[in-house]
Amino acid sequence: MNHSKSRFQATKINPKRFHPAQLRYLAVLLPIATFMILPLFFIFNHAFKPFEELFAYPPRFFVTRPTLSNFTNLFAVTGSSGIPMSRYLFNSIIVTVLVILVSVLISTMAGYALSKLHFKGKKAINEINTIALMFVGVAVTIPRYLVIEKLGLIDNFFIHVLPYLAIPVGLFLVKQFIDQIPGELIDAARVDGANDWQIYRKIVVPLIKPAIATIMILSFQSVWNSADTSATYINADVKKTFAFYMGTLTTNTNAVAGQGMAAAASLIMFVPNLVIFIIMQSKVMDTMAHSGIK
Amino acid sequence: MSEPTALVKPASFLERLKRFFTPRRQVRDSHPVAYAFVAPYLLMFAIFIIIPVIAAILLSFTYFDTVRFPQWIGFENYINILTNDAEFMQYVIPNTLKYAVIVGPGGYILSFLIAWMLAQLTPKVRTILALVIYSPSLTAGVTMSVLWKVIFAGDETGYLNMFLMNLGAINEPVAWLTSANTLMPIMIGVTLWSSMGVGFLAMLAGILNVNQDLYEAGYIDGIKNKFQEMIYITIPTIKPQMLFGAVMAIVGTFGSSGIGVALSGSNPTPQYAGQLIVNHIEYFGFNKYEMGYAAALSVILLLVIYAVSRFAFRLFGSKDE
Repeated sequence: MNHSKSRFQATKINPKRFHPAQLRYLAVLLPIATFMILPLFFIFNHAFKPFEELFAYPPRFFVTRPTLSNFTNLFAVTGSSGIPMSRYLFNSIIVTVLVILVSVLISTMAGYALSKLHFKGKKAINEINTIALMFVGVAVTIPRYLVIEKLGLIDNFFIHVLPYLAIPVGLFLVKQFIDQIPGELIDAARVDGANDWQIYRKIVVPLIKPAIATIMILSFQSVWNSADTSATYINADVKKTFAFYMGTLTTNTNAVAGQGMAAAASLIMFVPNLVIFIIMQSKVMDTMAHSGIK
Repeated sequence: MSEPTALVKPASFLERLKRFFTPRRQVRDSHPVAYAFVAPYLLMFAIFIIIPVIAAILLSFTYFDTVRFPQWIGFENYINILTNDAEFMQYVIPNTLKYAVIVGPGGYILSFLIAWMLAQLTPKVRTILALVIYSPSLTAGVTMSVLWKVIFAGDETGYLNMFLMNLGAINEPVAWLTSANTLMPIMIGVTLWSSMGVGFLAMLAGILNVNQDLYEAGYIDGIKNKFQEMIYITIPTIKPQMLFGAVMAIVGTFGSSGIGVALSGSNPTPQYAGQLIVNHIEYFGFNKYEMGYAAALSVILLLVIYAVSRFAFRLFGSKDE
């Protein structure tokens, strides 16, 4: 009896201890994980390969004499119009920081109102936003282009930022999270004389930090990885972003020299994504627990 | 913590819209300041999501070459899509179906099963494996096409070619990305590789948060194995997360469908092998400047996505509304 009880404890969901019964899951998951990480591992190796190894025949997977030359080449090379790589990177950083700050601000503000305040149209907005979870941006690339053109925003630097500010998934997750805050807490603050801005700033924001971390990650991913705005709305090279520039490395420059630099650039793209996610992963999981659509 | 409050199903949306426009008595405890809080989000939402969708619907009934003012032509674009567009019927529809079925439901079931298996492991091992499996989704498919171009390069310097030639599986290099037979499987593989994203995390979090007592009660009531446990307890309990995951899978599937052009480097893709509806839209819009026609294709795509999502809502949505 005692034995079977302990077996149940070790084979149930979210076990605390190891049990041989878990091996069968590992047997499936380890090959999957290997398959998932192999391409990333390849990038790491490729980025540090010296010229001879990049084009060694037969090609090799592992780097034998790692070098930073791909990175130095990447920073030394200038685009077809004489713009240094650092400029694209700088543009990307500015755009990403702006998107994160503004999207967090507007979606938490909207989330607070949609969760805790009463006003006409609230239900309709929540419903439209839930439908918009299914919205796929690429489906309306063309009308979106026409709208942006009509607004005179073509070639305007801020067009990198504006389309990424309203993220329906972000608002949805924040609202679900704010729903967890007891209404009594808000009412008590109101009785004490706090206005809505103070309640939002002093009570709501500190309590929804996990959800904020999650929107930060979602908007970071969508904007940092995106080459679309540069390709579609921007003509001047000097205003384009790093993700776009990366795509041109293998097509525009000499494909042979471009390969190592492209791998180095991929690494520069990927590592910030990974680091930010690792730092915030427990907060993200916390938010995801409240992600359900009822 | 209480359960997240129920969102009203979109089915009743029109009805609510009607009610919104009919005058009624002042809502008690109304907060006019709320409009200031939602305004910035709504403004961006309107400009970049609502207006483009409405514009797509309006333009789909016109002929518009970007130079002259759009001419109203009724349903002509839709009729042409259905009767006159050989590429659409012959390649785009079958390709999109094949891609969407495998990547959508296939990827979704896969991500649920992986999340479920991960939940059976101890926390440290689970966190590491979950991170490894999640990390490809950080690369956002298209951006990584540089990497795939190197791996699948069509000459003997390509890693896959070299590997298979060493094994003796093939005698001469295969042009993986420009050959009609191999482009689609590669697109599907690459997308599945990067599809364990937010939906996957949501389902994992959902499974981990299922109340343990439910399982103990289930075993007393006669559940015999892990499979029954998954079917009778886990899935019904995490329905809301399953639905969120399904919506994310649908959006991810259609959102990533530019991948064929990114990999092969041309639109249309070689022999239309990787041509999906998104590529078809961009081809007509940006290459042929037939904006009305492209808009009609967009509307069809949005309707398809909406229909598929409704189906997911029917499967996993709560029935009490």
